[in-house]
Amino acid sequence: MGLPVAIIGSGNIGTDLMYKLGRSDQLDLVALIGIDPESDGLARARALGYEAPANGIDWVSENPNAVKLVFDATSAYVHVRHAKVLAELGITAVDLTPAARGPKVIPPVNLMEHLDAPNVNMVTCGGQATTPMVAAVSRVTRVPYAEMVSTVSSKSAGPGTRQNIDEFTRTTSKALEEIGGAEIGKAIIILNPAEPPILMRNTVFCALPEGTDHDAVRESVISMVADVAKYVPGYRLKQEPVIEEGPFNTPGGVVPHRVVVLLEVEGAGDYLPTYAGNLDIMTAAAVRVGEAIATHQEVSA
Amino acid sequence: MTAVATEAPARDFRLIDSTLRDGSHAISHQYEVSQVEAIVRGLDAAGVQVIEVAHGDGLGGSSFNYGFSKVNELELIEAAVNATTNAQIACLLVPGIGTVDDLRRVRDLGVGVARIAVHCTEADITEQHIKIAHDLGMEAVGFLMMSHMNTPEGLLQQARLLESYGADTIYIADSAGAMTTNEVRARVAEIVGGINVPLGVHAHQNLQLAVANSIAAYEEGARNLDGTSAGLGAGAGNCPTEILAAVCEKNGINSGVNPLALMDVAEEITRPLMPRAQVVDRAGLLLGYAGVYGSFLLHAQKAAERYGVSQAEILLELGARKAVGGQEDMIIDVAVELARKHAAMEGTS
Repeated sequence: MGLPVAIIGSGNIGTDLMYKLGRSDQLDLVALIGIDPESDGLARARALGYEAPANGIDWVSENPNAVKLVFDATSAYVHVRHAKVLAELGITAVDLTPAARGPKVIPPVNLMEHLDAPNVNMVTCGGQATTPMVAAVSRVTRVPYAEMVSTVSSKSAGPGTRQNIDEFTRTTSKALEEIGGAEIGKAIIILNPAEPPILMRNTVFCALPEGTDHDAVRESVISMVADVAKYVPGYRLKQEPVIEEGPFNTPGGVVPHRVVVLLEVEGAGDYLPTYAGNLDIMTAAAVRVGEAIATHQEVSA
Repeated sequence: MTAVATEAPARDFRLIDSTLRDGSHAISHQYEVSQVEAIVRGLDAAGVQVIEVAHGDGLGGSSFNYGFSKVNELELIEAAVNATTNAQIACLLVPGIGTVDDLRRVRDLGVGVARIAVHCTEADITEQHIKIAHDLGMEAVGFLMMSHMNTPEGLLQQARLLESYGADTIYIADSAGAMTTNEVRARVAEIVGGINVPLGVHAHQNLQLAVANSIAAYEEGARNLDGTSAGLGAGAGNCPTEILAAVCEKNGINSGVNPLALMDVAEEITRPLMPRAQVVDRAGLLLGYAGVYGSFLLHAQKAAERYGVSQAEILLELGARKAVGGQEDMIIDVAVELARKHAAMEGTS
């Protein structure tokens, strides 16, 4: 028996997450909870034999012992309220919104530090894709400045992202610093409307100070890509990491070189089409976090 | 040189000068305070009403991806505000690159016009920025980039969204310098008839049509036109304001600016700081021909040198992949891939 869990939010993210949780040994999905009984997500949940209530967080309050962990795929605004309810019930929250009530988690970098946190935050899609690369560089050299550029297909950027695109740049740049280990981080996001839709692309630049072992940087990046690909199978290098010669006058000082890591993320195509790697990496990372918490709770129980 | 007479009749359109923003691309964002002061004084004295100052890719554009500014743009903006007497200082912000925090900072420095720039199909990401620009008391301009990639009807729909968020002025930008005069006419005519705020056009020189397209836009009802001194700008350059002013005068259109004074600025201040002549060479023409974002030009040149591939090949590939403004990182991707393909072909021959 796995840890009983529920998902709140029956939109794209919540529904995609449902399919992924269906394959998990450590997590037992009990319910996909929505607010619109007519939603496609709830219909699919019913068809798969899950509970599919349409009374939102109230279902959790009415069934306080049904689940031990809740994935919240609603919105930042709504999660603030949910976070309080879940905390009072003693239910762990994995937050896929930008609300950031709990510590930010990037699985291959800091997951083990937050297994006991009552609420963990999944940062942003771009943060999940690029923070591990910055961390890979910062574990072999000082990174005075790091920058990520995320390009996602217009079709995969929902109204939440569109109405608050600044949230993405702020949260992601902070993650590059706090979790990636860069002294200064910057994030850029671009929407591309091309048809057929493009796969999610990410480019990570890190400033490399004098004396950096470039081979060590390349190896560390390649090994971290493999770590991410373990839970996001469509995550891959578009090219081998390249080291370019400057000098570069970065906000963290002048450096002689930079490493450029070019990545693409192809989604698993569970509910969302494969081009939506940006949404897939969020749901895949959330499952990874949920599974680690389940294993941890089993061990400590 | 004569100053603009104060009793001059009302202007027929508003000229927005972008030498200190779009022009920044052409000098790889290396503006210094003294250059900004000299250009602002010259433009202001020539009667230019609005002068845009920022990193070429807008506020917050200083980066690995777009090139680091030599001097922080806030310092340059402050210098511009202090150097101007009549002209308003404007800035440009691309949501996804800069944030509303940047708008607040420049408002505090005295910037009066905020141009919120977005790819021509993605207007709905600007709502927050246009509203906040308004709340801060700035004129909010919605600026649709790469307008050749959308139809007249599609652009009108996007323009209406911008208007619904509170944009005071709407712009279409031919960021790839890819539009023929007829294409500009069709777009302007369609949009002007469907919105209740003034429309502007931002032209580029890649097909050598910037001035002609600007005049055509005016004839179809555009009442804001962009340009830069000596055409300094991304790609083969922008609409050269001194030429635009001269052509307007000959056509009996009152631009409100003094062509002779602008010629002096172009010749004596702008040209001496240009690292390369602003001409339509092969790479510049290719941008317009293949519909590629003008700012890619110098980045593609650098990547071509770095990886031993052709700049033209990179630009054509970017056009084929439908890259949009801001995707400068794709240039490295394409260059590395081309270099690898060439190496593989040599290996097999």
